Amino acid sequence: MSEQLIIQLIVSGLGMGFIFALIAIGLTLIYGVMNVVNFAHGEFLMLGMYASYLAFATWGADPLVTLPFVVAAMFGFGLLVYYLLIRQVLGGSMQAQIFATFGLMVFLQAAAQFVMGADYFAVRDSWLSGVVTVGGVVLPVPQLAAVAGASLATAALYLLVFRTAVGRQLRAAAQDAQAASTLGINPSAMYALAWGIGSACVGVAASLLSNFYYVFPRVGAIFVLLAYVAVALGGFGSIHGALVAGLLIGLLQVLTGFFVSSELKFVPVYMLYLAVVLLRPRGLFGRS
Amino acid sequence: MLEVDNLSAGYRGHQVLWNVSIRVDAGEVVALLGPNGSGKSTLMNSISRLVERLDGRIVFDGIALHALPAHRLLGCGLSHVLERHRLFPYMSVLENLQLGAGPRAPRRAVAEGLDRAYGLFPRLRERAGQMAGSLSGGEQQMCAIARGLMSRPRMLLIDEPFIGLSPHMRTDVAAALDRINRDGVAILLIEQNVAAALAMSRRCYVLREGRVALHGPSAELAAGGAVERAFLGRLDPAGAAVN
Repeated sequence: MSEQLIIQLIVSGLGMGFIFALIAIGLTLIYGVMNVVNFAHGEFLMLGMYASYLAFATWGADPLVTLPFVVAAMFGFGLLVYYLLIRQVLGGSMQAQIFATFGLMVFLQAAAQFVMGADYFAVRDSWLSGVVTVGGVVLPVPQLAAVAGASLATAALYLLVFRTAVGRQLRAAAQDAQAASTLGINPSAMYALAWGIGSACVGVAASLLSNFYYVFPRVGAIFVLLAYVAVALGGFGSIHGALVAGLLIGLLQVLTGFFVSSELKFVPVYMLYLAVVLLRPRGLFGRS
Repeated sequence: MLEVDNLSAGYRGHQVLWNVSIRVDAGEVVALLGPNGSGKSTLMNSISRLVERLDGRIVFDGIALHALPAHRLLGCGLSHVLERHRLFPYMSVLENLQLGAGPRAPRRAVAEGLDRAYGLFPRLRERAGQMAGSLSGGEQQMCAIARGLMSRPRMLLIDEPFIGLSPHMRTDVAAALDRINRDGVAILLIEQNVAAALAMSRRCYVLREGRVALHGPSAELAAGGAVERAFLGRLDPAGAAVN
């Protein structure tokens, strides 16, 4: 057992972990602001990955180059979903809200399969591929890029939410929409913004992920399930919680996959999840 | 300044207010009195567009408020301090106050607003960095009033500002409201304590089962015992209290 190997595993685990964290932050932001669970969140990831792949396959545009465009497009897509779908069911029952995003999930998966087929596509030999050797440690570039890109994106999001006037309004609407409206804040605009930002986070994750993961119509399910775990583990609505839990999940599954068995790599993740839910139902950083 | 004309309002098919008309003039303090469930908060929340209007008009300085969404009212100069203060508990006192200035307030207006707020309630300056949810009841009420004034409103709606306060805090908050009014801000206030409400206000409206049962100058109402009758007596078919 060498130190090099441990470092490689940690980088790889953090790379995955940051992807989970970004997806989970998007989910928890939307949930935290308006108490709606976006069941189509994984399909947003799938769309972003297809966009990244198609730009690469069609124009040879590297995922790194198209990242800002994918993020902007996903932001717009989030707004669109809010205004065309979510806003229509907000006054309705809980079931209406669940079925709206669940239906969107089914629709997007089916639409992707109809247009792209069920085949797996991968971006090959992008700028961010191969390995780099640092002080005798061989590190995979795509995962390193995921760590760097996702931590930058998370830091930017953190500054936006906790250090700007718009972020303050967003948090105000999340904590008490009615009180916020008496202070001149339009809750609906804040909901739309949450959907935009939440989807943009997934756009970042999708671009970075397309460097080392293949895309197919059901790819979202794999990642979003763990992102849901990260949201619950971190505490519903908590951005810090989603980040910490996402990283924890990424590390746990990579380390278990290596040291125990790759078939069992999700077992400790769900054991941890069950333990936290049993002992501390509001999650690691959740508010009671 | 504020004119509510024949307002009917309620929640999802459950009508609470029936043809309510009230008026608040510039610079005036007006109290809303009435037993629990008489519609005081519903009336105030209808004015600030948080409760659905069924019929009637709400006009503030010539602006038809009933046609506006709730978030547009702060810009018209009308500020509402909601029942139970409704601070954002997971934000600092400072952030709560900053939000009170409104989303489009320039930096300088916010800075001036903070100075005024800390002048009115010096204790808030010490608490600026603290989470609003961790303040004492009285401090939370102070913070809510200060937040409501950050936008320099011409009129303040304030729902039970004294609830749950110690006698000492009550005096402080009452003195602050008096000072706010002397600075030219009209106040519409809900208060359960009849004597306190009558003492603070120039005029008063007594609500009963969603209708105005009695109204008049506070000094006259305080003398005649009519308020007690409006609270406790029967209602005649026209809605006025009789004994």
